[in-house]
Amino acid sequence: MNVAIVKYNAGNIGSVENAVRRMGIEPVVTDDVATIQSADRVIFPGQGEAHSTMAYLKAHRLDEVIVGLKQPVLGICIGMQLLCRHSEEQDTECLGVFDVEVKRFQPQRHEDKVPQMGWNTIEGTKSALFKGFEEPEFVYFIHSFYVPTCDWTIATTDYIQPYSSALHKDNFYATQFHPEKSGKVGERILKNFIELT
Amino acid sequence: MLAKRIIPCLDIKDGQTVKGTNFVNLRQAGDPIELGKLYSEQGADELVYLDITASHEGRKTFTELVKRIAREINIPFTVGGGINELSDVDRLLNAGADKVSINSAALRRPELVDEIAKHFGSQVCVVAIDAKMEGEMSEGQRGSEWICYINGGRVPTERKLFAWAKEVNERGAGEILFTSMNHDGVKRGFADAALRRLTDTLTIPVIASGGAGTKEHFRDTFQNGHSDAALAASVFHFGEIPIPELKQYLRNEGVNVRL
Repeated sequence: MNVAIVKYNAGNIGSVENAVRRMGIEPVVTDDVATIQSADRVIFPGQGEAHSTMAYLKAHRLDEVIVGLKQPVLGICIGMQLLCRHSEEQDTECLGVFDVEVKRFQPQRHEDKVPQMGWNTIEGTKSALFKGFEEPEFVYFIHSFYVPTCDWTIATTDYIQPYSSALHKDNFYATQFHPEKSGKVGERILKNFIELT
Repeated sequence: MLAKRIIPCLDIKDGQTVKGTNFVNLRQAGDPIELGKLYSEQGADELVYLDITASHEGRKTFTELVKRIAREINIPFTVGGGINELSDVDRLLNAGADKVSINSAALRRPELVDEIAKHFGSQVCVVAIDAKMEGEMSEGQRGSEWICYINGGRVPTERKLFAWAKEVNERGAGEILFTSMNHDGVKRGFADAALRRLTDTLTIPVIASGGAGTKEHFRDTFQNGHSDAALAASVFHFGEIPIPELKQYLRNEGVNVRL
């Protein structure tokens, strides 16, 4: 099993690399087009800001490469947001795999702090990514922007309002939360992704 | 709904956990990785590793330790102690820490908070505040004030808790870790009145620290102090309050925690 982790100017890539290693798989962290295209699984991770990460992807032609991938791809956090059409974060045009707009959380009460930081539940899970899940499970989030619920929603989370905590379309999967930091539940999600058929 | 967090804190000296523990089931009680893994398996939501060595050699050892923690622990962790400049933050985040906690350095040069937020994002920047209620009268009465301390609580500053917390919030801190020096080590509960004033005025999460002795103290800081997270060391290290039992208790008391 060849797992490629897309290397670009986003933070937190090492955490994903460590998590895949803990599963007994040695991943390749790379921005090499051929290596990414020939991998069995591609993880598009990240923590960061939409505008500068998108500019980096374009400058390295990784935007076209990612959109054209045919094997299972998993976007994480900013990786998920970049797979959408557009982000309110600095009015950024994104990759457009999911035809949906990424919005900024608008606090309604004092307790609604932005970014959302910490453990929240994913509900209504419907995807092989969540195989074996029976009840709402807690996963770790850290983000200020969110994807509204849409046709591709495969899990929702309630923070200020219900929103998409995971998406799926064809070979593209994405989670707003960080499976690599979500304890045993996160490990199961990564394992399910690796074992997708 | 976002869960309230339980955070064990491990003090590290020369690569080992200090203060000791009585976990007989650990091969090496002082090993910070084994202890962190145990807490993670028991349901800790995050971990804090504080480097209490002062020497250059100790700092290098700590950085190596952070790399090992990142490889082996599957929940978020914060590191603190001896972070003075941006290059320290860069080194520790590169080693795999999710967040850094700064304390004295921020009081000496507040712009450090802005710089960390700008370069790495607010979410990695925890500002720790050690403060002591001073004055004749008890908390809440006129004449008493919370004074911020530096150098591990040894040196008082001119800064007052609430004004300083508000300032670092505005400068871009992602979280506040408030330790009441009056409550720390006394095991009679967290400084809930001050915590409530912080949580109700700031726009970022506040971690309560100092004073945990019983499960009720955790409930009280979440319900009365409105704390977003609670940090403790000895009650966990000495097995006085097992984390699974604490979390079940909190859930039964109506506090939303991750089980």
